Amino acid sequence: MSSDGKTKSPVGLRISATAGLLFLHLPLFFIFLYAFTTEEKSFAFPPPGLTTKWFGVAWNSRPDIWPPLYLSLQVAAIATILALIFGTLAAAALSRSKFFGRETISLLFVLPIALPGIITGIALRSAFDIMSIPFSVWTIMLGHATFCIVVVYNNAVARFRRLSGNLVEASMDLGADGFQTFRYVILPQIGTALLAGGMLAFALSFDEVIVTTFTAGQQTTLPIWMLSELIRPRQRPVTNVVAVFVFLVTLLPILAAYYLTREGEHTGGSSK
Amino acid sequence: MSRAVRFQNVSRRFGSVRAVDGVSLDIEPGEFFALLGPSGSGKTTCLRLIAGFEQPDEGHIEIFGETAEGVPPYRRNVNTVFQDYALFPHLTVGENVAYGLMIKGVAKAEREAKAKDALALVKLAGYETRRTAQLSGGQRQRVALARALVNGPKVLLLDEPLGALDLKLREQMQEELKSLQTSLGITFVFVTHDQGEALSMANRVAIFNDGKIVQVGTPSDVYERPTTRFVADFVGSSNVLSPEFAAAHGGTSSWTSLRPERIDVVPEGATVAADCASAKGTVSVVSYQGAVTRVTVVTDKLPLIATIPAGASLHRGERVTLVWPKSAMVAMGGGA
Repeated sequence: MSSDGKTKSPVGLRISATAGLLFLHLPLFFIFLYAFTTEEKSFAFPPPGLTTKWFGVAWNSRPDIWPPLYLSLQVAAIATILALIFGTLAAAALSRSKFFGRETISLLFVLPIALPGIITGIALRSAFDIMSIPFSVWTIMLGHATFCIVVVYNNAVARFRRLSGNLVEASMDLGADGFQTFRYVILPQIGTALLAGGMLAFALSFDEVIVTTFTAGQQTTLPIWMLSELIRPRQRPVTNVVAVFVFLVTLLPILAAYYLTREGEHTGGSSK
Repeated sequence: MSRAVRFQNVSRRFGSVRAVDGVSLDIEPGEFFALLGPSGSGKTTCLRLIAGFEQPDEGHIEIFGETAEGVPPYRRNVNTVFQDYALFPHLTVGENVAYGLMIKGVAKAEREAKAKDALALVKLAGYETRRTAQLSGGQRQRVALARALVNGPKVLLLDEPLGALDLKLREQMQEELKSLQTSLGITFVFVTHDQGEALSMANRVAIFNDGKIVQVGTPSDVYERPTTRFVADFVGSSNVLSPEFAAAHGGTSSWTSLRPERIDVVPEGATVAADCASAKGTVSVVSYQGAVTRVTVVTDKLPLIATIPAGASLHRGERVTLVWPKSAMVAMGGGA
């Protein structure tokens, strides 16, 4: 960080930057800290003692954790797959053709991520009600897919725009039909973008609460389970252990996605 | 024997623009054929019609006797060398060249051997494992050529093949393309806006203007006997004589082309042979161009341009006589 001390920022700036970082990350630190506390009922500061026993408890003697975890993984996986299919198709269609209203349609694809979750949630709930679709795992997945498509679409459309149209023609000229061209030319070039978009989508879906609340029937996803656990003061540090797990499951894909798209900027642009 | 490529009254419209407008054309097997014209004249659209990237709105296209309209590019036995080469950036040079064979399901060892041969043919032996990003413009061009030729196309299409290369490299590639075409015997169809390139490489040239073919012929046909003012102007530079001027100087009463290099500049009052025409005038511009000097002489009717061997000392304002053989005047049909 402080390389050679060549450029030193003013003291005031450094203090406010530190304060900003603390404000952002201190709450996270407490989540981690109280996963190790010996106090079970209420969180007192400082913790009376530190222990790792809650990790064992969460793993061995809390069967109520597993169904929500499986459900969340299942929902995130299906929502991501739906998003990958529809996001890629939409990006391919919109980046390859020019027509009146293209920008508007592009905006409509991106809009769900800007929309407050509560609006998406109410809208979906009413829509499912009107169509008499019973609330189930599938309605949760469809709800999640609405905002997952956006991240896949955004990643893919940026890469599609850099893909020279001539490459597709070159591939067809060399005897490849549409499917082979997608498989051997398009997919290798947008692959990292799709992987990144998919991981972001997975992370978004995995910790989603609001849309889930509106579109779920009796199902409990992991974030909903955590919310309900906070109200009941029983083995409270277990919730923190799960929180640490959720933190890792969502952070790692986002980090990976960040590195993947950054690398893509170097290799993807070298075609010309 | 069927034609390599046959266009019968082919049209292709984009909106209200007729990019290709009623073109009929026959290209013989084994020809090195140039589609020459200014940008927007329809020559590239014609190439794309042969490749299958465009479909005609009207008319009929045949490639070696087989109907081409409605057939997608991947089911045509033609291959294209793209203007920007369109090499696949995620594949190595060898994989790029072997792509077409891979799609056809040729076994790995065989396609690698064939790719190797194709690269040797374009003088890039040993480049198989390079990334395309590491190559120079000329090398990319050669890879694109090898990638097309390895499939054994019946017709090879080249879209402005030398456009992106510098002068030296362009001259070298011209010769190489020409000898490659002669030794392989494949029909080459190439698009260019460079008349020098078209004249030096092609057996025959089709000259395009406004979506139509205005003249088809051998390079010497179109250069020495242009049929319209457009061809006379576009292929090399030419003096275009009005019907009156031509008739007054021993030509026919029609628009007439007179190539600058056929005009000799002699001192005023020199005797003129019987089979030659002459005009007196004043030198207005002398432009040194290395091997030749280009002189503009204003006669009483119109300015004429003559190119004479370098070394002649002429200066502005000098009175001279222009002399040219009457046979150098080529009457053209049509005013335009």
